[in-house]
Amino acid sequence: MVTVTLWGSLRSATGGLKDVEVEARNTGEMLKALAKKYPALESVIEGGVSVAIDGLIYKEAWFTPIKPDSEVVLMPYMKGG
Amino acid sequence: MVTEYVEGSTGAELNKREFKVIGTRPPRPDGIDKVTGRALFGADLTAPGMLHATILRSPHAHARIISIDTSAALAMSGVKAVVTSQDFVKQSSSGNQDTLDNCMARGKVLYDGHAVASVAATSVKVANAALKLIKVEYEVLPHETDVDGAMLDTAPVLHEGRKFRNIPEGNNANVSGYWEFGHGDLDAGFAKADIIIERSFKTAATHQGYIEPHATLATMGPDGRGEIWVCTQGHYMVRDLSAAFIGIETSQLRVTASEIGGGFGGKTTVYLEPVALALSKKAGRPVKMVMTREEVFRATGPTTSSSTDIKIGMTKDGRITAGQAKLRYQGGAYPNITAMLGAMTAFASYDLDAVQTLAWNVLTNRPKQAAYRAPGAPMAIYTVESVVDELCQKLGLDPLEVRLMNAAKKGTLSSYGPTFDEIGLVATLEAAKAHPHYTAPLGPNQGRGVSCGFWFNFAGNTSVSMNINEDGTVAVIEGNPDIGGSRASISMMAAEELGIPLEKVRTIVADTNSIGFNDVTDGSRVTFAVGLATIKAARAAIKNMCGRAAQVWGIDADAVDWVDGAAVPTGHNAGEFPPMTLAEIAADQAKTGGPIAGHHEVNVDGAGVSFGVHLVDVEVDPETGFTQIKRYTVFQDAGKAIHPDYVEGQMQGGAVQGIGWALNEEYIYGEDGKLQNAGFLDYRIPVASDLPMIDTVILEIPNPGHPYGVRGVGETGIVPPLAAVANGVSHAAGVRMFELPMSPPRILAAIDGAK
Repeated sequence: MVTVTLWGSLRSATGGLKDVEVEARNTGEMLKALAKKYPALESVIEGGVSVAIDGLIYKEAWFTPIKPDSEVVLMPYMKGG
Repeated sequence: MVTEYVEGSTGAELNKREFKVIGTRPPRPDGIDKVTGRALFGADLTAPGMLHATILRSPHAHARIISIDTSAALAMSGVKAVVTSQDFVKQSSSGNQDTLDNCMARGKVLYDGHAVASVAATSVKVANAALKLIKVEYEVLPHETDVDGAMLDTAPVLHEGRKFRNIPEGNNANVSGYWEFGHGDLDAGFAKADIIIERSFKTAATHQGYIEPHATLATMGPDGRGEIWVCTQGHYMVRDLSAAFIGIETSQLRVTASEIGGGFGGKTTVYLEPVALALSKKAGRPVKMVMTREEVFRATGPTTSSSTDIKIGMTKDGRITAGQAKLRYQGGAYPNITAMLGAMTAFASYDLDAVQTLAWNVLTNRPKQAAYRAPGAPMAIYTVESVVDELCQKLGLDPLEVRLMNAAKKGTLSSYGPTFDEIGLVATLEAAKAHPHYTAPLGPNQGRGVSCGFWFNFAGNTSVSMNINEDGTVAVIEGNPDIGGSRASISMMAAEELGIPLEKVRTIVADTNSIGFNDVTDGSRVTFAVGLATIKAARAAIKNMCGRAAQVWGIDADAVDWVDGAAVPTGHNAGEFPPMTLAEIAADQAKTGGPIAGHHEVNVDGAGVSFGVHLVDVEVDPETGFTQIKRYTVFQDAGKAIHPDYVEGQMQGGAVQGIGWALNEEYIYGEDGKLQNAGFLDYRIPVASDLPMIDTVILEIPNPGHPYGVRGVGETGIVPPLAAVANGVSHAAGVRMFELPMSPPRILAAIDGAK
């Protein structure tokens, strides 16, 4: 199991939970599991998100490994100039 | 010295590496072309039989399009094609449809200058004359250009019937985005404070101010194949959007990026390119389009303007106990994420137990915003750093000591979610504190401002190829337009990794059909991501060359290492052979198996965040309200500066753009919703004669995510100046300023108001 921290405005999709647990070994599995467990997150994830694993930000990388004790933060899709 | 790096090296290990090319300051490879006029920019390209196209733009801030009659324009001698929104393909993604609708209005015009139709003709003069013959019937609608006004229930709605995602109840239909970030117990945090300050701030929309207007040349043949030449920050993006908008496959459209006369985020989308392509498709001839400066101001993306409420609590000794920001950004007529980025960055410099940021993006009757260096961060951090400065002033505390006491560091839970890894904020603050600038005496009417700044930096999809030529030289092919010296830094990383002199390497930016996909040159990504791919492409070429040497020597490839630009046998059983240089291996490549190349394609991750600290001394004339920058020093963590001249240039450029944002620049709209200052005479950017030399101090806290420790440097430099200058002005004028720009009338009014 990995614990995923959601950014604040997503908590309405998880019944107010800030941290949620899903079974996943990598980012792709984590995103699929989140969408399955919390259907209200599906459109957000499909629209594009970033994932921070142990402080490093990943975008659209399905196969980045997640260790059970990793810090995982779901973040909005970001873009610079 | 073995040039191999070890994946997962720590910052400390990277610090020990000795470089031969990295960190030197060779002449820039594009310098002679640019000073002699040989460099080809967007408007320099021509083609046989080329037509010229211009655009009819809305005279209204908000209106429904009842009808468009182009028949008289089409009948005019010299006119070859006319397009409107009817000539483009409806998009399945709302983001792409918004971009298309911004290129050519569909149903409604949403701002003064919104494109309505375009004419291709034998000359610009004929095209402009034909525009006057196009009859557009409008139903003029009420408009709103102010962010707070657009949030009122009485505000005109821009996109009637459109439902935006995840907008809480209680917001009106112009709110297109809402975000929350933070952690901890705010009430408990504020309860611990000895002093709490709450303030409201406003900042104006500012333009990126690139010197080269948008320009493109497009051609579409009867065989359905197209070409575009364009000044852009991302020609793959231009290809994908333009092909989608006219309904062709990407393989049929080749896009080549010209040299670029500045972008700063403003050339990360399309405006003219799909229009020129659609016109060429209709006319059967190449079509050139070049914006006027007025069009650049009226119809291309400035950054957002903002309205922010901020609340920060602090103990008497300077510990921040809680912080809250409510940020409202308007980015024109279509949705964007800039407010979200502002909310994520506002408190990123601080290690806080309790923090909350709330952000709203609001639609207004202004042009669709485009990215501008660290989009969203400068105006958010301006508000936080202004209040921190005011708290320090009220408590009689040193502003750098307070920032050091509260600084984010490795292990800090950031205000936007993740825990920081190795970061350089403390080192940057310490460097500023130790610098002579910080303790230099000030004169009459002068004040010193301090501010921290933060930006994420990004990476993304990247492709690099590297050809080893028979004469021992190396051609590096990459696909990101060079907007800040990337060809120099990429060549330097290739030379460093291969162990050959820099003069042996030339890097070019290839067209979209010549190399794999590349994300846009944005997010301070290129030196980091393309550099990483270049190093890995070099390693692939080195592996190939070691294999060639092993074949020649008759030993195992594993028994060959690469040292200082040559293959060498390694290990007890490898045998005794003199080093075989890259030039020697290259010369025999046809005999040893054929061409030698290396390439690497990857979606890069691991961009390291970057912090900066700015010190500025200003002098405010109490009679006129005019502010002069007397001294300015930028401290910034670059991870590893590949070419320090370019890094310093980025730091200086960011500071100067931020100074303009703080003191002069603003989009001014009249009551009629029309832009009143669409030109550099009335929209005043700082020029060299306005400024002292911007001094720079590069810090190098290596990013473990890059083989050499590189962090992006292109954006962080624009983040601190707004607050640094505002804090300096507030000290110099003796009155706290809450609105940007701090133009002379605004400063005089504040001084008079305080009397």
